[in-house]
Amino acid sequence: MRQMSLVLLLWSLIIATVYTAQADSTAVATYAKDLATPAKQRQTLEQLRDLGDPGVRSILLALKEGALYHWQDKLFIFTSDGVFVGLDGNPLLDNAGQPLFPETGMDAVPLAQDNMPLLQQTLDVIELFAPNPATRKSTALRLGNLQQVDLMPMLEKAHARETESAVQATLVEAINKLRLLSPDPVVRLQGVRYFGTTRAEAALGQLKGLQQTELDPQVREAVANAVQKIEAFLQLRNSVGYVFNGLSLASVLLLMSLGLAITFGLMGIINMAHGEMLMLGSYTAYVLQEFFLNTFPSYLDYYFIVALPLSVVVVGCVGMLMERGILRFLYGRPLESLLVTWGIGMVLQQGARLYFGDQTSVSPPTWFRGGWEVMAGLIFPYSRIFIIVLSLVSLAAMYLLLYRSPVGLKIRSVMQNRDMATCMGISARTVDALTFALGTALAGLAGCAISLIGTVDPEVGKTYIVDSFMVVVLGGVGKLFGTVLASFGIGMSNKILEPLIPGTAAAVYAKVAILALVIFFLQRKPTGLFPAKERTAAGMVR
Amino acid sequence: MMHVGRAVKVGVTRRPRCSVLSAVMWVAALALPLGVAAQGPIKVGILHSLSGTMAISEGPLKEVILMAIDEINQEGGVLGRTVEAVVEDPASNWDLFAEKAKKLLQQDKVAAVFGCWTSVSRKSVLPVFERYNGLLFYPVQYEGEECSKNVIYTGATINQQASPAVDYLMSPEGGSKKRFYLVGTDYVYPRTTNKILRLYLTKAKEVNEANIREEYTPFHHQDYQTIVGKIKSFCAGGDAAVINTINGDSNVPFFKELANQGITADTCPVISFSFAEVELQTLDVKPLAGHLASWNYYMSLKNPNNFKWIKAYKTWCEKHGIAEKQCVTDDPMMHAYIHVKLWAEAVKKAGSTEVDAVLKALEGLTINNSPVGPYKVDEKNHHTWKPVYIGKIREDGQFDIVWKTNGWVHPQPWSELTYPGRACDWSGEGKGTYDTVSGKRVWLSEKQ
Repeated sequence: MRQMSLVLLLWSLIIATVYTAQADSTAVATYAKDLATPAKQRQTLEQLRDLGDPGVRSILLALKEGALYHWQDKLFIFTSDGVFVGLDGNPLLDNAGQPLFPETGMDAVPLAQDNMPLLQQTLDVIELFAPNPATRKSTALRLGNLQQVDLMPMLEKAHARETESAVQATLVEAINKLRLLSPDPVVRLQGVRYFGTTRAEAALGQLKGLQQTELDPQVREAVANAVQKIEAFLQLRNSVGYVFNGLSLASVLLLMSLGLAITFGLMGIINMAHGEMLMLGSYTAYVLQEFFLNTFPSYLDYYFIVALPLSVVVVGCVGMLMERGILRFLYGRPLESLLVTWGIGMVLQQGARLYFGDQTSVSPPTWFRGGWEVMAGLIFPYSRIFIIVLSLVSLAAMYLLLYRSPVGLKIRSVMQNRDMATCMGISARTVDALTFALGTALAGLAGCAISLIGTVDPEVGKTYIVDSFMVVVLGGVGKLFGTVLASFGIGMSNKILEPLIPGTAAAVYAKVAILALVIFFLQRKPTGLFPAKERTAAGMVR
Repeated sequence: MMHVGRAVKVGVTRRPRCSVLSAVMWVAALALPLGVAAQGPIKVGILHSLSGTMAISEGPLKEVILMAIDEINQEGGVLGRTVEAVVEDPASNWDLFAEKAKKLLQQDKVAAVFGCWTSVSRKSVLPVFERYNGLLFYPVQYEGEECSKNVIYTGATINQQASPAVDYLMSPEGGSKKRFYLVGTDYVYPRTTNKILRLYLTKAKEVNEANIREEYTPFHHQDYQTIVGKIKSFCAGGDAAVINTINGDSNVPFFKELANQGITADTCPVISFSFAEVELQTLDVKPLAGHLASWNYYMSLKNPNNFKWIKAYKTWCEKHGIAEKQCVTDDPMMHAYIHVKLWAEAVKKAGSTEVDAVLKALEGLTINNSPVGPYKVDEKNHHTWKPVYIGKIREDGQFDIVWKTNGWVHPQPWSELTYPGRACDWSGEGKGTYDTVSGKRVWLSEKQ
């Protein structure tokens, strides 16, 4: 009790002096000198703390980092410019005006481990009133979590002075967290009521602890009420969160699989290089980002707008080359096309590795950072919302193209009855190339979009290829709607199962469970959700 | 008739002179190259991946080793001879590591090899070094549980990286965290690290088991929504921190998701053990800013030795066409640089390049002007003593130092928590890994 009041007294002393102190560098320098003497270090730190001079900050930071040095009875700070600077601000130079590095006698001042908390305390007080709002916010947060009731008056003073709303909110929350620890039941009730109304998850742990130890009946009732409200809110919030996660994963799967649904579903070509087409789309985004970084740095965010159509075009061309040059000769021979496309995939992968290296990354444009805070603590990231929208738009575009346009009519007719279509004057060869290019172009678009939320590296294709095939096979080869339903089903089940699985490897087991479900389903219905009724290209012998 | 005898006589006297002269010529012809060979350069091997998945991380190690060798040669070499590097590229292929190691030891007859990064590569080359009595210097932090006679491990053991990180998080400066979420990729390094950390937290730090969560994801896992949701709930309870041992590329979607969900380093700091300055230059650093790392060295360390070393490295980068953005130094690079210097000092002290003599000379060897100040090789267990720093990631890919241990941390390849009765001692008679209770040698078979 006595110790607490002493600490309280010291804190208020500090607050008072921080407000009124003038920068007194000579006093600081006189006191600080003794920091180098281990026996006097603690005492010196206490004196510096009581001085309350913000000018002390740089010395304390240097001491903490190991950049405070002692030479010829004077203290120096070694700066990042590579120069020893004295406490008076003068750099240590030799006769030629170059930085001097004394060979002997220049020793680092060690900070005794026991003095670390004291040093941190002093820094905290200075930083609570720092000019930078982010520093104030993080200090307020940290002090709130220290669970020391005597910090409350200091936080309240800071709150009275605070102008930034974000920092104010943090201070209010920190103050209320400390109120829960107050010996006065009225103050505790205040804190509990505050958390009851804001339904803040942050206080749940403390409130639950309070439920065990609380004696005052009024406060007990308020705590039970608050806990119930918070838990109900959390349940609702988490359910909404899981649904969104499922939708997001479903949209990613859909984007990846649309292209495969066309090449495998419509044409019957097993394209093992589909993942690498996706990778090429991601790398297009990367190359464009680098280009914009070097040539138009002020328009950096717009690289993405250019990247989306460009990835479609680039990967579409690659697909067309593949089809024209290699796959054309392999129709009706699924095993050969499997092997050949696997080989092409490997070549593309290693080529990307040789050319780009293994660690490249794409930063999302600033409009896609952060998210939409739907409920307190539930954020829907903008990048994921964008991917959901993009997948729906691509789906709509594909539907319109295939079922409502002349090009789509040609594609479908060639796939359904090749000979008849050629008789009608449609160039089957051109349509083949176009269809394959369409499939790969979609993969490129997917790659560009996925670079927002994932990595860009040569192995990214391997990660997605199995999932894409799973979706297409489950959905039924040949039907677009089947693909949609399958990606939705797999996405939602994965994200709803994952939180329910106990244990440390939930992500792994969720995936295993999904695979098991798919296998079981395919046993019952081998042709997938919507089996193809038409004859596909795979059934045709050329 | 008379002349024949004289002719024979002349022939007889001429032949001995001829054979003596030719004998002298033969001896000189043989001895001369031998003499030259004895004064020729000392060869050392560099066994780091310069292509493949590990090239980004291991490539700079080769540069820094070559720079150290260059400096040594400029000061007159070692034992009056220059040092020459034989560079091999195992291309991130673990089997190729063993092949190249064998080639370096058998064909090139190198005096020492500076190499390896991943534990797989080190385990692949270990039998080669032990069979041919080579000397390997290994610069990277690892999970411990190894102590070979033929390897000097300059990288951090778990108690020189992970345990001090926990100490920091639980201290008031670190936010007095009491609850920990251990998330990692499902393979040996995270599993071992988390096993030791869990024991450390529950036994040494008295943290309740209920306050520790563990979570593993497969390699190349991309969708972290559920896990980040769990972390968010866990952290909302306060006093929580995340210890991250996710490997390689999966870190990118993890941190992107963390940033999108608004989890900042203030509410829930994430401390990682595998990113250093080199990797940060290739990642999008904005989602990582404010989070933490634990290493024995940072490029932003403020002392004159580090400053001089970085300046020398930047000059080297300019000379060798390395882009300014990629010209950064990090912990494994510092260790790679320092172990060349340690080797040179040991050879000078031993007076020979012979492996056993050098190993003896390395015991207890100290260097005073390393970029982290004084640096010492342990007398017994082939690891090194060094300080530990906790750094906070800045947006420019450098670190701010927020905490450091007071002086050196003693290396413990066998953690006291998982193997309480085990230590490693190669000094004197050379037992290696032994049981401290019975004093007997522990033979590490494949099953352990």
